[in-house]
Amino acid sequence: MAEVATADVAHDDHHHEHEESFWSKYVFSTDHKIIGFQYMFTGIAMALIGGYFAYVFRMQLAFPGSSVPFFGLVSPAAYNSLVTNHGTIMIFWVAMPVLIAAMGNFLIPLMIGCDDMVFPRVNRLSYQIFLLSAIVLIASFFVPGGGFGGAWTAYPPLSAMAKYNATPFGAPMWLIAVTLEIVAFLLGGINFITTVMNARAKGMRMYDIPIVIWMIVIASMLFMASVGPLVAGAVMLLFDQTLGTTFFDASAGGDPVLWQHLFWFFGHPEVYVVLLPAMGIVAEVMCTFARKKLFAYKMILYATIGLGILSFFVWAHHQFISGVDPRAAYLFTTTTLLISIPVAIMLFAYIATLYGGSIQFTTAMLFALSFLAEFLIGGVTGIWLGSSGVDIYLHDTYFVLAHFHYTFFPIAIIGTYTAIYYWFPKMFGRKMNETWGKIHFWGTIISFNCIFIPLFVLGAAGQHRRIYNYQHFPDLAGADMQDMRVFATISLVVMLLFQIPFIINFIVSLKYGEKADKNPWKANTLEWVAPSPPPHGNFPDGFPEVYRGPYEFAHPDREDDYWPQNEPGNQKPKT
Amino acid sequence: MAHQIIATSRSATGIPTGRLAVWWVVASEIFIFGGLIAAYLLNRFLHGSWAQEAAATSTLIGGINTFWLLTSSWFVVIAHHYSEQKNAKKTRQFLWLTILLGGFFMGFKFVEYYKEITHGMTLFTNNFWSFYYTATGLHGFHVLCGMVIMAIIAEGDIKNERNWHRVENIGIYWHFVDIVWIFLFPLLYIAK
Amino acid sequence: MLEKLLPAASTYAKEIDWLFDFITYLVGFWFFLAIGVFFYLVFRYRRKPEEKAQYITGETHKQKMAIEVPHYLILVCDLAILIFTFVVWHQVKIDKPPAEDEVRIVAQQWAWTFYHSGADGLLGTDDDIAKVNELHVKADTVYHYTLQSPDVMHSFSVPVFRLKQDAIPGRDITGWFEPNLQGEWDIQCAEMCGVAHGIMGARIFVKSEEDHAAWIAANSPPAQSANLIAQNTENDSQAQEDNTNG
Repeated sequence: MAEVATADVAHDDHHHEHEESFWSKYVFSTDHKIIGFQYMFTGIAMALIGGYFAYVFRMQLAFPGSSVPFFGLVSPAAYNSLVTNHGTIMIFWVAMPVLIAAMGNFLIPLMIGCDDMVFPRVNRLSYQIFLLSAIVLIASFFVPGGGFGGAWTAYPPLSAMAKYNATPFGAPMWLIAVTLEIVAFLLGGINFITTVMNARAKGMRMYDIPIVIWMIVIASMLFMASVGPLVAGAVMLLFDQTLGTTFFDASAGGDPVLWQHLFWFFGHPEVYVVLLPAMGIVAEVMCTFARKKLFAYKMILYATIGLGILSFFVWAHHQFISGVDPRAAYLFTTTTLLISIPVAIMLFAYIATLYGGSIQFTTAMLFALSFLAEFLIGGVTGIWLGSSGVDIYLHDTYFVLAHFHYTFFPIAIIGTYTAIYYWFPKMFGRKMNETWGKIHFWGTIISFNCIFIPLFVLGAAGQHRRIYNYQHFPDLAGADMQDMRVFATISLVVMLLFQIPFIINFIVSLKYGEKADKNPWKANTLEWVAPSPPPHGNFPDGFPEVYRGPYEFAHPDREDDYWPQNEPGNQKPKT
Repeated sequence: MAHQIIATSRSATGIPTGRLAVWWVVASEIFIFGGLIAAYLLNRFLHGSWAQEAAATSTLIGGINTFWLLTSSWFVVIAHHYSEQKNAKKTRQFLWLTILLGGFFMGFKFVEYYKEITHGMTLFTNNFWSFYYTATGLHGFHVLCGMVIMAIIAEGDIKNERNWHRVENIGIYWHFVDIVWIFLFPLLYIAK
Repeated sequence: MLEKLLPAASTYAKEIDWLFDFITYLVGFWFFLAIGVFFYLVFRYRRKPEEKAQYITGETHKQKMAIEVPHYLILVCDLAILIFTFVVWHQVKIDKPPAEDEVRIVAQQWAWTFYHSGADGLLGTDDDIAKVNELHVKADTVYHYTLQSPDVMHSFSVPVFRLKQDAIPGRDITGWFEPNLQGEWDIQCAEMCGVAHGIMGARIFVKSEEDHAAWIAANSPPAQSANLIAQNTENDSQAQEDNTNG
């Protein structure tokens, strides 16, 4: 195998860059892979913080008033702050950096056959702003008054005035952190879009681009278009908080509902901003391990674009009962239910991809399949909530909470694990241990369902969100309901414990894992042409040219069941 | 980095990468200003009394500032014209003329702010003035950034006769800033 | 389905429950179908060494029909859900039956004040009964409520009524409900409203006509004290506004 030999040589070459100091190589590097890792490890560290928060407030709910191990007593203010920052962290500092920034940075240049992003220094700046935002957020927990506790939606006037939220420093710091994070991703997004538009390998046409790259680009565009009004709103809210303007203060002629519109105009597309990269990752993994061409690539692509456009017209389904004109609900219920169509097309196409395949149950594939099953639950439960009539009752209950955890957990956690198990050999040149991977998989998936299925029931029984102790509500204090809360909490602890095998597996595999050659999964896309791990510049043997689409598995004209994009074949190079 | 990045030199779309990126920057800025203007308009429709507040803005200064900005946009077009001929002297000259007019704009803006604040119309007077200062302040910040970047291009790049394409890129940005003002001027100054 | 978890105590609770069930059956059908096909495919096409995967592009018309047909069916289901949603939404939030009694609800950090109309059935008169964290209503009576907040967003939620409505500072928000089951249940605040949001609860008492009349008789304030309460609240909100402006 000549490929393996070159891979090893290239691997050794990699160590020649010893003149570079640790700082310039790993901290201030402009290499897209290093920046991707920086995003990934920062995201994982933030996920640990977010998970710890979840542990603390779930313990408080299961055993109200008792001291939580590794935390202590949970005061109402602390509870609110934990809930708020759990949500903020998981969305802005885990899902976004890991799925879009880390995977985008790592994959885009490799998969389009290029050596780096088109603006490497903007890329580095984007990470530095992101890191700063994370530091500001963490610092906000330790200022007098504590961290912001007005929910991640930060509705004014609560978020706008310290006399209401009692966090004079926490609230502005939270807002500054979120705004910085947004700026970081705007910079990163422009880089992603421009890179994919301009820096593709020779011969790579629109429909030869791997679907994950499409998804990241569409997500970046969605983010850019949706977040602008929120940036304006954040500036206004920040002025309200710190300078004392009255943009959102009804008593001085402002309009508090305006913030809700600005927030949800961003907030709903944001769901798709993180969903799309995860869908893309799952598509890559499914095609590789089912040895199948992606079913109806173009249809998926167009459905995605339709989904993106439609997502700008659904925001007020978060505000059915918020006092806006009730007639608006007719419009937004319609658009919300219509959005089930593109999502259904995508999911059906994914399921159809399995038909006639030859499915290998590697850990990455198990995670990818579980993404589909779990996200399906998250998707269908959205129908109850999108129907304004039922939403009157279910709004702000645990039903909503369970619904969006069934979407965000597959996206942020399962999507991330899928990507890590699949691209680990490319990232670090070694494979992760499959046995431990499967233990991690089953432990995580089973306990995840055990957490959130009881919460659907609790929500349907009228239990509202963001309440630190249900013993104050006689209808909710019953023993059977409390048992469900305890069960969910224990499941959460079990799930968190099952992440330990992953972390150990990750660290041990970095050093002792089985060595991976260039293309351990026999996949088609261009990143598998580069050595594992790719050196600076990615393609030491020359940049690949593209001759065909990314999913030509099991082609009848071929002996092998895969056909790399860069391999000249019986088709002429397309330019 | 010692490594020469080939990514930047590729151009699958046929549009130079720098210009493409500037267009995307402009796109994202459109959504930011669009959100702010939409928020202002929503409030304006709810509050008829804002017409009296708007009457207190100086249409004269606003009009003169519009003139400075439009003229500066013309100058930056001329600068681009000379940059395509690789005429460093003329390009620099017109870039600096653009910066000068941007400076006029900022100077008039400060006089205007000074007059308004001394007449008791501050950021906190009411929400019309909050919007007024936020919108014009954010716009002024963009003018200032454009001036600084233009100065860097004039002295760093054009003087050394390199990166000629940057003149066009800053021109696109400058036109965008100009167009934002074309929206703000009638909404804040003229509509009464 | 919901009634197994908590009682339905208002007229429109039944309709919302019915809509919930309707969606459950439709969505449930599709969910189990999709998940069934999914698990069948995963099991059927697991790797066998002698079998090579099939080459299916999904681009031919016939193959696309495999996705298009179910997606048209889903569109039909969506339309059915939409129509019934519109009917329910219209009845609950838009079409208000004429009021038989009124109640004014003031939500503030972190308590509810309910202004009952008293013996004359009219709000704003001397015999209004103000109660903190207790709402007393008469069964089988159409109530119109006015929801107010002097400080931040709150949400008036009565799970047994399937009723929820946000309170917005600076606005009077109106709505209606008609209790039809006697009992005593929770009222919750459903919108994050600050530190003690977690204990901002109240109780609703739905009583028969006689019991309700007896409660009114026992709680009707003498004319003066009613004025006092009204004044106090006004002073409070005045003080609140002074704070805001200061």
